Amino acid sequence: MDFLVFQYPMITIQACLDGLLLGILFALIAYGMALQWGVMNIINIAQGDLVILGGYIAYFMYLYGIHPAWGVIVSPIIMYFVGIAIYKLVINKVVDRDLFISILATFGISILFMQLMNFAFGADVVLANSGYGTTMLFDNNVVLPNSKIFSAFISIVFAICLVVYMKRSKLGRAIRATAQNARAAKILGVDTEKVYAATFGINAALCGVAGALISITFTIHPYMGLPYTIRSFMIVIVAGLGNLPGVAMSGMGLGIFEEFADYILGTEFRIGSVFLLLVLILVYRRFKLSRKREYLK
Amino acid sequence: MNKNSWILYLGILVFGLVAPFIFPAFKVQLSILCVLIVLATTWNIQGGEMGYNTFGNILFYGLGMYLCASVQVGMFFPLAEWTESGGEKTFVHTPSQFFQGMAAGLVVAAVVPTIVAGLIGYAILGLRGHYFAICTLGLGVAAGEISGGIEIIGAGQGFTTPPFPNIGGLEARGEFFYFLSFGALVLTFIAVRAIYTTRFRLILNAIRDNEDKAEAMGIETMKYKITGWMISAFFCGLAGGIMGGLVGYIDSTDVAFDGREMGVFMVLMAILGGKGTLWGPIIGATLFHFFKEGFWTFFLGWQYVALGVLIVVIVIYFPEGLMGWLREKYPERFGEVVDEADRKAQVELK
Repeated sequence: MDFLVFQYPMITIQACLDGLLLGILFALIAYGMALQWGVMNIINIAQGDLVILGGYIAYFMYLYGIHPAWGVIVSPIIMYFVGIAIYKLVINKVVDRDLFISILATFGISILFMQLMNFAFGADVVLANSGYGTTMLFDNNVVLPNSKIFSAFISIVFAICLVVYMKRSKLGRAIRATAQNARAAKILGVDTEKVYAATFGINAALCGVAGALISITFTIHPYMGLPYTIRSFMIVIVAGLGNLPGVAMSGMGLGIFEEFADYILGTEFRIGSVFLLLVLILVYRRFKLSRKREYLK
Repeated sequence: MNKNSWILYLGILVFGLVAPFIFPAFKVQLSILCVLIVLATTWNIQGGEMGYNTFGNILFYGLGMYLCASVQVGMFFPLAEWTESGGEKTFVHTPSQFFQGMAAGLVVAAVVPTIVAGLIGYAILGLRGHYFAICTLGLGVAAGEISGGIEIIGAGQGFTTPPFPNIGGLEARGEFFYFLSFGALVLTFIAVRAIYTTRFRLILNAIRDNEDKAEAMGIETMKYKITGWMISAFFCGLAGGIMGGLVGYIDSTDVAFDGREMGVFMVLMAILGGKGTLWGPIIGATLFHFFKEGFWTFFLGWQYVALGVLIVVIVIYFPEGLMGWLREKYPERFGEVVDEADRKAQVELK
């Protein structure tokens, strides 16, 4: 079965293209993860559930007859306020504490969201049909849904907008200052509490965009959140915090890895292989760093 | 150990032995409570004493569950055909086969996870803090996903464990599993209590407080971390094997490698009772079991919502747990000498 990949180059091309387009989406989620990790030093296990919630917003628009692509605009706006609310209720109490506390608290949020979404939207796998059709390449051997191309394009647009916003705007500068040194930023008059809230809101908004795109291109389900969290975590630790090209590259790498794992091992091992890859990457980094007697910080 | 604590232990032991006859309707609940206490106590070796907060003990629990059931079936019947038939009574264990299989299965269920912990320990325990937490979370979920794709242990349709042989009346099954799990609890308690009186506990605490300094003091931290994890794995595997027989049905992600329930429960129970104490996890597990049964009964359908809220509330407002709170309130009871003037000054400062 695994020889198919080498005997039929079209399958390889198909997997690579699929993975690339998927990876751009992963990179967008991972960028939000890197942002909050860098600024507030928390790891948000509920990241994936925010993505799924964003997806359901787009799906609901689709149910009410609005084209789901508009979800790309609406979903981040709603998710921004959801993010602010989560920050005010929970996250602001764990920002300065041990990282494990933040992991456990967001794990609780994740369980809560999963179940609430299960109640609100049902446990069915759903998909918002965008009706964009497909593009055929290489004598109709490679099938590429236009929605995937659309989602990759939108992700890139949002990522560029965010980078420009972080570089140019006042809030962006405040966020970057807080990430570098929260205390110094406070002394110089930055309201770090506001910055934290905005950071978490922006992160949730990014998740909203990604979720809306996922609901168009793939499927969403209330319990599918955790793999997205793990993927973004993996991308961030491979790329490092604040390394944007690295995030994009490792996101695409992960996408391609997943597509190949899907072809070679079979779909039932797809999620398992993602989690195993995480373990392998962490173990590899541990041995690499231990040669210099350092550890992951 | 003074006289009072002997009386306490004896009282608990006697209560444990007669409990299934006093509360015959709650035998299964009591067995589950014993398993939960074992899990919380062994999590505490990792998370409380050593400071390595793991989500991955569920790996050993699930592994023990599958191994015990597989050995129990595989000793007498072809395993593949058993899982194929999906619990239909084509093969029936005689009573002696059942008990022999269970005994052998429990031994395997305890020993193999210990070996697995030793093998992966060197790689995983080199990670620190949240990397360790996320890595173990990944391990647990990966194990669940992968075991859900393996055909011989039932894959997606699950694995029915051998039914209890038809001897000794209706009550025999509950009593058998209760005493099995109570025995595991007593074994765990004796072992953990013995460990906690030795230098080993001090070394684990040193690793928790400052690993680099502990290493600089000449302690081979890796050796002790792996040993600690292997002890955890041993009892987790045992508890998993018993739980598999008790539930009677093993599913990869809903029963065995259930990170969303059991994997979080053990962390939560230890935190609720108080990390890094002997009695904390036991009290935490007992309280949690009552809470949980209440939620599961009265908030049917909303239990995960309640669970999520409970996690957030405990973690944010109650991170020291019950024992931590008691310790702050009555430090004398814990053998801490308190300077009265200093304490007053502290209270005034607050």
